[in-house]
Amino acid sequence: MTQLQARGLVKSYGPTPALRGITLDIDEGEIVAVTGPSGCGKSTLLHCLAGIIRPDAGEVSWRGHRLDTWSEAARSRLRRTEFGVLFQFGQLVPELTAAENVALPLLLAGTGRRAARTAALTWLTRLGVAECADVRPGEMSGGQQQRCATARALVTEPRVLFADEPTGALDTLSGEQVLTQLVRVAKEQHTSVVLVTHEPRIAAYADREVILRDGMIDHTGLGLDAPLAGGSR
Amino acid sequence: MNSGLVSTSHLLLGLLSTGTMHGYELKRAHDTRLPQARPLAFGQVYATLNRLLRDGLVAPAGQERLAGPERTAYTLTEQGRAALDQWLSSVEPPMPHVNSPLFTKVVVALLVADVDRARAYLVAQRRAHTERLRELTALKTAPSATVDDVVAADYAIAHLDADLRWLHTTLERVADWHREVHS
Ligand SMILES: Nc1ncnc2c1ncn2[C@@H]1O[C@H](COP(=O)(O)OP(=O)(O)OP(=O)(O)O)[C@@H](O)[C@H]1O
Ligand SMILES: [Mg+2]
Repeated sequence: MTQLQARGLVKSYGPTPALRGITLDIDEGEIVAVTGPSGCGKSTLLHCLAGIIRPDAGEVSWRGHRLDTWSEAARSRLRRTEFGVLFQFGQLVPELTAAENVALPLLLAGTGRRAARTAALTWLTRLGVAECADVRPGEMSGGQQQRCATARALVTEPRVLFADEPTGALDTLSGEQVLTQLVRVAKEQHTSVVLVTHEPRIAAYADREVILRDGMIDHTGLGLDAPLAGGSR
Repeated sequence: MNSGLVSTSHLLLGLLSTGTMHGYELKRAHDTRLPQARPLAFGQVYATLNRLLRDGLVAPAGQERLAGPERTAYTLTEQGRAALDQWLSSVEPPMPHVNSPLFTKVVVALLVADVDRARAYLVAQRRAHTERLRELTALKTAPSATVDDVVAADYAIAHLDADLRWLHTTLERVADWHREVHS
């Protein structure tokens, strides 16, 4: 079943076009990598799909409902309950411990303190950072912070996880551990994942790859209009 | 001896350094340790063992020396251990020549006059690389994957990833070059 549907998405920042007509379907439980060179519009697409920003034109539908016409409050509620987001630098709340950070989305959704703490510990264990539970982000390594942020993004058991370069700040092995966990959990829970990356090695964790170039989908994967030498060099 | 044979010999010496083995055990150890390698035929194992035997690098072990080659267990000799040690003490030349078939084909594709032909090849090659990358990633992340599986998949993944990044960079460079020349 289609979870998320984008039709003809267009978005500019002032005079700069970022998306120039993107149409895309994401199925339940499907892991889709969004790749392409720097500045091609990957993050902008992710933000539109997650309802963080509104496209200038085009539609985003979540299970058949037009997300792009919703109020900011309604979209933000959806992001808290059905969506999870994960960025390159975990963006944990520095004053809170790892367990408090991970419990936060549950507390905001109305879960009781004790249940939220238990769930947080379970997720920290799954991501292999149980030992960080009572440590603040400032005293953790980048890899540990990223695992905590991953736990926080998954603790609400979202239907869709939006991850923007989630392993960009990690070494190969830590990045791989975070991704392996993320993919395993997504597959177990039929969570769809939108995985933004510019690395082929990372995109290979997805079921499918969508390649952007200059704000459009590039079906060749190599640039629609990249002129080849054709013997003329 | 060509270099392919040299590395099979040393591989067998290396496997025998862990203990005495029959030919079929060597074949099995090879398949376990190098799961993604080009298949090693039994015939090649025995041919290599015979050569190692002739050169005094391995010897039949124990009571089995009168049995046929399939029944014989082999052990590393002092000389074999020295040959293995010498091999491990020399560094592999780090890519002295750039001569992979992929490199050659892409360079030729960028030279040929038929732009559509070149484009079709490059797109198909990219797709094949991407698919293999996904296949290897699935293989290594499967719960049943052994350390040997992961180590072999990692090697292939790192190289395919490098190929793909090189391919993209090359096309960007060619495009940049064209923009400069034609503007
Ligand atoms: N807040 C903003 N204000 C102005 N321009 C922006 C803004 N965000 C993005 N852009 C521009 O929109 C285009 C697409 O940017 P986007 O961040 O979506 O690219 P990206 O594919 O995520 O790149 P990267 O791989 O570098 O993260 C770029 O030209 C960028 O400069
Ligand atoms: Mg980005």
